[in-house]
Amino acid sequence: MLRTGLLAKKLGMTHVYDDLGNHVPVTVLSLEGCQVVAQKTKERDGYSAVQLGAGEAKPKRVSKAERERFAKAGVTPKRKLVEFRVADENLVEVGEELVAGHFLPGQKVDVSGVTVGKGFAGAMKRHNFGGLRATHGVSISHRSHGSTGQCQDPGKVFKGKKMAGHMGAVRRTNQNLEVARVEIEDGLILIKGATPGAKGAWVEVRDAVKKAQPEDIIFPAATMGDRKAALKAAEEAEASALAEAEAEAKRVAEEQAAAMAATTDDEGGEG
Amino acid sequence: MNVIEKLNKAEEARLLADGKVIPDFSAGDTLVVQVRITEGTRTRLQAFEGVCIARSGKGVNESFTVRKISYGEGVERVFPVYSPLVEAIEIKRKGKVRRAKLYYLRERRGKSARIVERTTGRGIVAARKKGEARKKKDA
Repeated sequence: MLRTGLLAKKLGMTHVYDDLGNHVPVTVLSLEGCQVVAQKTKERDGYSAVQLGAGEAKPKRVSKAERERFAKAGVTPKRKLVEFRVADENLVEVGEELVAGHFLPGQKVDVSGVTVGKGFAGAMKRHNFGGLRATHGVSISHRSHGSTGQCQDPGKVFKGKKMAGHMGAVRRTNQNLEVARVEIEDGLILIKGATPGAKGAWVEVRDAVKKAQPEDIIFPAATMGDRKAALKAAEEAEASALAEAEAEAKRVAEEQAAAMAATTDDEGGEG
Repeated sequence: MNVIEKLNKAEEARLLADGKVIPDFSAGDTLVVQVRITEGTRTRLQAFEGVCIARSGKGVNESFTVRKISYGEGVERVFPVYSPLVEAIEIKRKGKVRRAKLYYLRERRGKSARIVERTTGRGIVAARKKGEARKKKDA
């Protein structure tokens, strides 16, 4: 029952307090108008997936082909596009906007994104090597990695040897992160702990693959349409309840007035 | 205001929604902090009394350090200002100090670790005025 995830922007970190008063460090993820831009179907593409777009792109800066694609889907041009594989029955209509209520507080999620780039990093930073000694004859190589192997036999450095090199800026997934809070109005998801990526980076949030999901998560997805309908229904129910209460109050007032009139009539008769 | 600032403000408001008041205290003040402690199923309050030696951070991320000498041993506790576990903060005495961080108290004991009481200045004049106003009202 694979359902779609969400495409969100990492805004940064802060902390909140949970119901017990514990201090919870959270990463704030924002849904920047996350909409379904296209569907991939088994018949046409050989697999089922929804393509989500988020963020606002200037129409002027989007190529005409892309612009037409967005126009066909009936959505504004998006900054970032991402595909989520889903089960056949969990495809979401094109143009639907997804809301933060898709995930529930306490639920476990996997978050993928491109990690912060560290550039060319030494072995100490990149692989947690210990470095060389500060004294005892070590000269200008205190942070070096030391030996890289043996001697004439094998006569080479083995493949995969941990050495200095480029670090970060790769796609990583953090598994089993907890959703601390969801702010549906503002389109925010607060995840306990850190997620990959720098501030402003795009991340994909999906149900954790290694943990059971709560039963009340929404299939195929929590959409703006559903939410608006629910809000409207609630409003109508409230309005009707209010009208009923008003009618009741009116009726009671009328009855009282009638009773009052009757008593004054009686008094008049006596006089 | 960016989203995170807004979120912090909202969190602050939420934590103070039940009428909790955080007094205006600073380093040098002697405080009694009521800490909620949960043991198994029941909760109780524990008082931690000592000198506030630092306030750090701001907004919902602000915390303060309280130092006291317990059985001859210096003890310091750091409390988040807005933590729901901090039930109440009471100012017992305002201190006259010339620094924001009183880390020098860590090397001092007894007489040299005293802090002179502050009877004028920020916070106190206003309080006295309030008292006078009340007296006038009573009269």
